[in-house]
Amino acid sequence: MKLTVNGEEQEVTSQTLSELLGELEYEGDWLATALNGELVSASVRPACNLKDGDRVEILTPRQGG
Amino acid sequence: MLSVYGKELSSRLLLGTAQYPSPAILMEAVTASETKVVTVSLRREMAGGKSGDKFWSLIQSLGVHVLPNTAGCHTVKEAVLTAQMARDIFKTDWIKLEVIGNHDTLQPDVFALVEAARILSEDGFKVFPYTTDDLIVAERLLEAGCEVLMPWCAPIGSALGPLNLHALRALRGHFPDVPMVIDAGLGRPSHAATVMELGFDAILLNTAVAKAGDPVAMAAAFAMAAKAGNIAYHAGMLEPRDVAVPSTPVIGKAVFT
Repeated sequence: MKLTVNGEEQEVTSQTLSELLGELEYEGDWLATALNGELVSASVRPACNLKDGDRVEILTPRQGG
Repeated sequence: MLSVYGKELSSRLLLGTAQYPSPAILMEAVTASETKVVTVSLRREMAGGKSGDKFWSLIQSLGVHVLPNTAGCHTVKEAVLTAQMARDIFKTDWIKLEVIGNHDTLQPDVFALVEAARILSEDGFKVFPYTTDDLIVAERLLEAGCEVLMPWCAPIGSALGPLNLHALRALRGHFPDVPMVIDAGLGRPSHAATVMELGFDAILLNTAVAKAGDPVAMAAAFAMAAKAGNIAYHAGMLEPRDVAVPSTPVIGKAVFT
């Protein structure tokens, strides 16, 4: 299925958000995720099913003012 | 001692973590500033990348409080979601709430700011709103649940220093018991001393330190200025006078004729 991940279109086979992180090789321990504009905490990623057209954001700590 | 949302902080300087020449200089600047609170952000991670992990372990090693921001957000929805993601990852309910209304001035959209502050406060966040020096907006933010205010004194990164002393004095005078942090626009230690002499509780800096020729020395200079301004405010400063007044006693002066 086709997803938009961090603003870029991706063709993936993952069924859940946690599978998606593995498939796209997001290896960091400190990630925050959102699906279609809603927060998805790490603990619920394995149960978070994906569907065609979903928008996923994967964020991480950065410098800030 | 500065008290914000029940936390006692021994420093009156909050420091941003962006734009330093290197991570090592950032760490030295944090130490030199004696800050107890640093601001951080959330940004997109690249596939396969672990840049966030490296930065986060550096910040954790500093042993200071972390204040995540919603920098770059332009809508209530963006800001609220970013705050929720920040709480999820940083495990803190503190949020420096920024809802930007104008690209050129980075002026907050105060209407969206108040709405986002209300939503987040009701959701249990401890909101540090980046706002203007407008008195009525300050009142609305307090009504929305904020217990701290962070008015600008000039646009972010401008280094212009306090542009409207009258508005800042009015804010301090109207809300004597609300912790207020001057956030944005400070360029020099003298600016920091000026706003602290007005009775503000703390300053939040980033660009003025990070982009200085020697960020570590500048962090120390700002720390001293903030401290000096705060002590002076409590010490009771002399009001300006239009005429000269001799400091040496007149009585007892010899008369040579």
